[in-house]
Amino acid sequence: MTSVNHRSPDPGSLRPDPTRSRPGTEGNPAETGPNPPEPPRRLRRRGALAVRILVPTLTLSLLAVIVVSASIGTIGVPLVDSLKIIVGHLVPGMPWMSDGSLSSVQDNAVWQFRLPRSVLAALTGAALALAGALMQAVVHNSLAEPYILGVSAGAGVGAVSFIVLGIGLSSLGIGASAFIGAVIATAAVYVLARKGGRIAPQRLILAGVALGSLFSAITSYLTISTDAQNVYSIMFFLLGSVSAATMHHLILPAIALFAVGLFTALRARALNALLVGDEAASSLGINVKRLRSGILVAAALLTGSVVAVSGGIGFVGLIIPHIARIIVGSDHRKMLPVALLAGAVFLTTCDLLARTLSAPSEIPLGVLTALVGAPFFLWLLRRDRADSVGVGR
Amino acid sequence: MRVTIENLDAHRGGRRIVTDVSIAVPSGTVLGLLGPNGSGKSTLLRAVSGIDAPSAGTVRYDETPMTALTRRQLAQRVAVMAQEHSEEFEIPVLELVLLGRIPHGRGFGRDSESDIALACDALARVGAGHLVNRSFSALSGGERQRVLFARALAQDTPVLVLDEPTNHLDIAHQLELLDLIRASDRTVLIALHDLNLAARSCDAIGVLHDGHLVAHGTPEHILDTDLIRSVFRVESTVVSHPDTRQPHFLFDSRSPQPAGRAQVHPLDSVQEGTTTR
Repeated sequence: MTSVNHRSPDPGSLRPDPTRSRPGTEGNPAETGPNPPEPPRRLRRRGALAVRILVPTLTLSLLAVIVVSASIGTIGVPLVDSLKIIVGHLVPGMPWMSDGSLSSVQDNAVWQFRLPRSVLAALTGAALALAGALMQAVVHNSLAEPYILGVSAGAGVGAVSFIVLGIGLSSLGIGASAFIGAVIATAAVYVLARKGGRIAPQRLILAGVALGSLFSAITSYLTISTDAQNVYSIMFFLLGSVSAATMHHLILPAIALFAVGLFTALRARALNALLVGDEAASSLGINVKRLRSGILVAAALLTGSVVAVSGGIGFVGLIIPHIARIIVGSDHRKMLPVALLAGAVFLTTCDLLARTLSAPSEIPLGVLTALVGAPFFLWLLRRDRADSVGVGR
Repeated sequence: MRVTIENLDAHRGGRRIVTDVSIAVPSGTVLGLLGPNGSGKSTLLRAVSGIDAPSAGTVRYDETPMTALTRRQLAQRVAVMAQEHSEEFEIPVLELVLLGRIPHGRGFGRDSESDIALACDALARVGAGHLVNRSFSALSGGERQRVLFARALAQDTPVLVLDEPTNHLDIAHQLELLDLIRASDRTVLIALHDLNLAARSCDAIGVLHDGHLVAHGTPEHILDTDLIRSVFRVESTVVSHPDTRQPHFLFDSRSPQPAGRAQVHPLDSVQEGTTTR
């Protein structure tokens, strides 16, 4: 027998039924033929429509919440006036800024106090949501979020040490030491999770949880052993707040968010490939090790830069990415922009509620995010849509 | 595209699994890799496709050594269908197949009409066109295999590396898949377990045993009862197909274990570098 004759088409051979398959001799079906086939008419690209509606809606909501936020408070400012003040500061030469129609008290309240804190809330929410979404993708674990890295616990140790050691209560000093704490925690988790030049996702999570507990213990000890007068400042930081925000505080988080946003936008498709496993991603031409390290460092910097100014605001990084995934699917090109905007809207709204619900006192932001977020998230979890994105497994 | 493997060693988990394998796959031909569990088929395929770097030796695509290619360039030449799949997050079938277009596209780029057409075409060709809107995790084992094969096709590479692609497939789909592979005119390296299927569908067969290439040639020349006994430890009978005269193997019983090797798992003897033939 020759070496190939058994492969020629032969009705008696093991060929599959020609009515249900294409026999190998029928030309070359593996190449796109002269007439490339049309995609099926009823092709459903999940989330495409949702994204087209959601992104503009969320952007408008964010702007609306910020303007509403600027109007509400002990000094009442009509909505139109706060809009005028904001626009007037951003665009030079607006007539209403110099004609005396707006009082300087109103201008001060809107531009110096309310706007910075709303914008900081928006930046923090966006940054935490983005960081959470990125971590979940690169460590293959839907529980991952910035706090699991121990970054916030590290920031807590930094801030609390600053307060307890009595260097002062300047918010800039607390922010700087919180950032240093966050960076040290990130570096420690990163080094501990590395083995043989690669980061193992599970080891990273476990190292983060362990270090987080260690840092929390240190924070608790420092808190209990310090003067009673410091305890309020400590709790204020640990529970999270954007109330002390000034325009200076916005610079670092804004730069971090912009840089990391750009960095991940260029890697969104690669992150999609990572969803199906390291080896599959690798065979699709992606340098998995480099992608994972790059994304983790980016997420940690993002977290550090916002935790330093806003303190320990939990939950946003965990729930917002899941909500985005439930609505638009796991494709990062759709999911990341939606998560980022939703995080911003969520935290800005929470901040508005935090300072109005029990005015004149303020509810800590971290408390409110959990109070509002947890029931909503639990409701969403029980819906069928959640199962279809893999939450039900 | 010709694939040339020279003196390749590959380690996994700190152990040498593949030892000094040299094999050339001419352009457009199908090389079937046979061997018992743990004989190194997957490890060899991983090294050839660049998922794990080989610890020694070279792999060349045409004249270009693998080490001279970037990951992306490699992914434009070789598509892999592996046995591993992560399921932490859900992904629709169409999106999964579209991942195969990544090596040809840009970072944030939208999937072009032609990408989507190619993906749908690949799905239709593997008989999975009707699954396009389904969720991957809701598919049966056989449907998943076909979708993963569609992704490899959509990657549109001259070389396909397929690690047991017929797992979970019913007999009709096994034959269909292998016919598709044969008809694709690509250079294919495929790990298989079914000897008769391999003999029917491959231009050449490489047999691995304890990480060594113990036989390489056309199916008719190398597949015989002696080889099956020495590599798989199974007694077999060869019969001729009444119409095609093609030889088929009937498996009778396990061979009696020779003294001294009775309890040795094939993997345990890799370090000694024993060859069976």
